[in-house]
Amino acid sequence: MNLLFSFFDWLAGFFGNGENWSGPSGIPMRLLEHLEFSALALALAVLIAIPLGLLIGHTGRGGVIVVISANLARALPTLGLLVMFVLLMGTASSLPVIIPLVLLAVPPILVNTFEGIKGVDPDLRDAAFGMGLRGPQVLGRVSVPVALPLILLGCRLAAIQVVATTTVAAYTGLGGLGRFVIDGFATKDYSSVVGGSVLIVLFALVVQALFALAQRVTVSPGVSRRVKVR
Amino acid sequence: MGDGPPSIWEWIARNWDTGRVGSIKNLLLDHLTMSLVPIVLALVVALPLGLACVRWRWLYQPTSGLMNVVYALPSLPVFMLLISVTGLSQTTVIIPLTFYGMAVLIPAVVDGLASVPDHVRQSAVAMGFTPLRRLISVELPIAVPVVLAGLRVVAVSSISLVSVGALIGQGGLGGLFTRAYQNPFMPPVIVGIVLIVALALVADGLLVLAQRLLTPWVRARKGAGS
Amino acid sequence: MITFDAVTKRYPDGTVAVDRLDLEAPTGEITVLVGPSGCGKTTSLRMINRMIDATEGRILLDGAPVQDIDPPTLRRGIGYVIQQAGLFPHRKIVDNIATVPHLLGWDKKKARARAMELLERVGLDPGLAGRYPFQLSGGQQQRVGVARALAADPPVLLMDEPFSAVDPIVRTSLQDELLRLQAELNKTIVFVTHDIDEAIKLGDRVAVLRVGGKLAQVADPKTLLSDPADDFVREFLGRDRGIRRLQFISTEGLRLRTDMTGDAAGPWRLVVDADGRPTGWVSRERPDELEPYGTFVRGRDPMRSALDAALLSPSGCAVAVDEDGKVVGVATRETLDEALAEAADG
Repeated sequence: MNLLFSFFDWLAGFFGNGENWSGPSGIPMRLLEHLEFSALALALAVLIAIPLGLLIGHTGRGGVIVVISANLARALPTLGLLVMFVLLMGTASSLPVIIPLVLLAVPPILVNTFEGIKGVDPDLRDAAFGMGLRGPQVLGRVSVPVALPLILLGCRLAAIQVVATTTVAAYTGLGGLGRFVIDGFATKDYSSVVGGSVLIVLFALVVQALFALAQRVTVSPGVSRRVKVR
Repeated sequence: MGDGPPSIWEWIARNWDTGRVGSIKNLLLDHLTMSLVPIVLALVVALPLGLACVRWRWLYQPTSGLMNVVYALPSLPVFMLLISVTGLSQTTVIIPLTFYGMAVLIPAVVDGLASVPDHVRQSAVAMGFTPLRRLISVELPIAVPVVLAGLRVVAVSSISLVSVGALIGQGGLGGLFTRAYQNPFMPPVIVGIVLIVALALVADGLLVLAQRLLTPWVRARKGAGS
Repeated sequence: MITFDAVTKRYPDGTVAVDRLDLEAPTGEITVLVGPSGCGKTTSLRMINRMIDATEGRILLDGAPVQDIDPPTLRRGIGYVIQQAGLFPHRKIVDNIATVPHLLGWDKKKARARAMELLERVGLDPGLAGRYPFQLSGGQQQRVGVARALAADPPVLLMDEPFSAVDPIVRTSLQDELLRLQAELNKTIVFVTHDIDEAIKLGDRVAVLRVGGKLAQVADPKTLLSDPADDFVREFLGRDRGIRRLQFISTEGLRLRTDMTGDAAGPWRLVVDADGRPTGWVSRERPDELEPYGTFVRGRDPMRSALDAALLSPSGCAVAVDEDGKVVGVATRETLDEALAEAADG
């Protein structure tokens, strides 16, 4: 009871404090920073991983390397990578943070795009070629729409990864919502820790929900088999 | 300190077993505990829950929805929120990792059981297996490859994820990263990354080996097919 | 007309899938390629639209070598139907059918109208147009597959075991539908199957291939059944080849008795209603009971139907009727025997 009380006390202290709502270290600014870094890293990862995954899945070459490197990437500790790049490149720019963010976001997108395209029913591709679609048309009009659920899953996993890693990156001086948590922990300001944590959790849930929405909007009902019975 | 920074090997030799809490050896042991316990716990909890989801199909939708949400939660704020309940202890890291593991393993158990061909299940019924014996001697063995594939993912990501705990003072080898950042020094980072990746690869290798031992027929069929 | 001119397909590992195949698929006819697995029938079919390229020899489409045509362009002019239909799961039925018209740049309205027309043509409810493939049964999907292949009205249709994944009843109806469509459309069809019954039912010409991709025999079904070229073809045609042959023997010249309706008919008498249609047989022993009868349309139905009709009735006689169902006579055991003996000689 006591615990719950102090939890809400901390929350109220954090969100109720007017100072937390303005300035470069206020909630709106930190939220924007978090969004900016996450979106930038995810966009870069998508730009690298999707074309590569489409190419490898469509041609069927290099798949083993993709799967092995994706497994390896999962083993890489995010905090270790962040510290390593910051020690190597200094903190003058945000590049040493962006690199590991992208590095960790590429594998899930790459492997799911590759698996999705590779997993398209060969009969379907056969029928598409047989009707006179050209290679890129088969990829764009048949393989991608059919593989879309997996491609989006890869992007969603990458987004989860990026949001979490951006939080951790606050440790190396990056802005974003992680700052409330890291700084609060260092100064024993629990209202900042709890408030920041709740904000990050909400942020992650909104991202998750956005991907669920994107899935509903972009995946054909014929693929998701979600159709109203008429 | 001597003159100039020590080489990475010197650093390892000097810090491997100092008898203090922060020695590499102790951090490694802590790391093992904090990653192995959630892996085992997640499996122990996910098996019955997965079975329940297969037995009562209506359970699966809400369970997997909840697990999806759990999986999306970043670890650091979850650790932080738990501190007020479990303090700055290993438990604070172990609980969330267990949940992440469940989020992967419950669907794996369900998919694994779904991978049992219907004709196999039917013929087991026809031969007079009781439901429990059918589960133990027919369905679970066939589900093993899918469950183990999930377990490999869980093992590798748990081992790497523990290190985030260093930000609340409980990160096993992750402690090397925070130490290296505080007095800028590269060797601990390299040692930490290499040891964590090595641990993950060993765990992964052991699970691959376990699968070969548990499901010899899978390999035999692949060999015959090619 | 499609012409195979000494076509060989050899894979890099040395396997020969098709070995110096010479074959013609005449315009407006159904040519069936049939044979056991590994005989190269599917490979041969897929070389026509260049899904596979021949190693040696030429394939001519109305005299033009297909090797000279850009594959996608070639394929847009050739309908292609495969076993699992290969419908695009993310597109509605109407859009699936309109795939090739879209590729050819048809006006949207025209393509849609064409798709709706074809939907009906292959015997499907137009209400299915807005559905997705997974909402259709296997047989319905296969009909959509045929409609999709016909969409741009290609003169040539390639069908690769299109009906082998559906149950026998659906298969029969799909086969009948294809024959009905072909009677209207007169496409040049090359049809691959491993089922000799299907080959004989559908083919104007049947090409039997043996393992290793060699042509064993090509002939119309009747000739194939009566004069198999060698033991392989004979064995492939199966044990009941003789019975199947009856399918191709006409009942035109079958001798009929016309004195079976009167009182002097013998042990069995045929009862006829006021319009001259049969109602049943009556035996001398039990004059009050009508026994079942079987009929065939003389001249239209083959000998196999006549024999079948005879076997269905305890009288052992088959009732010959005209197109209106009116009795024209009766084939007795004696007259059927005569015809069978003649068939065996021929």
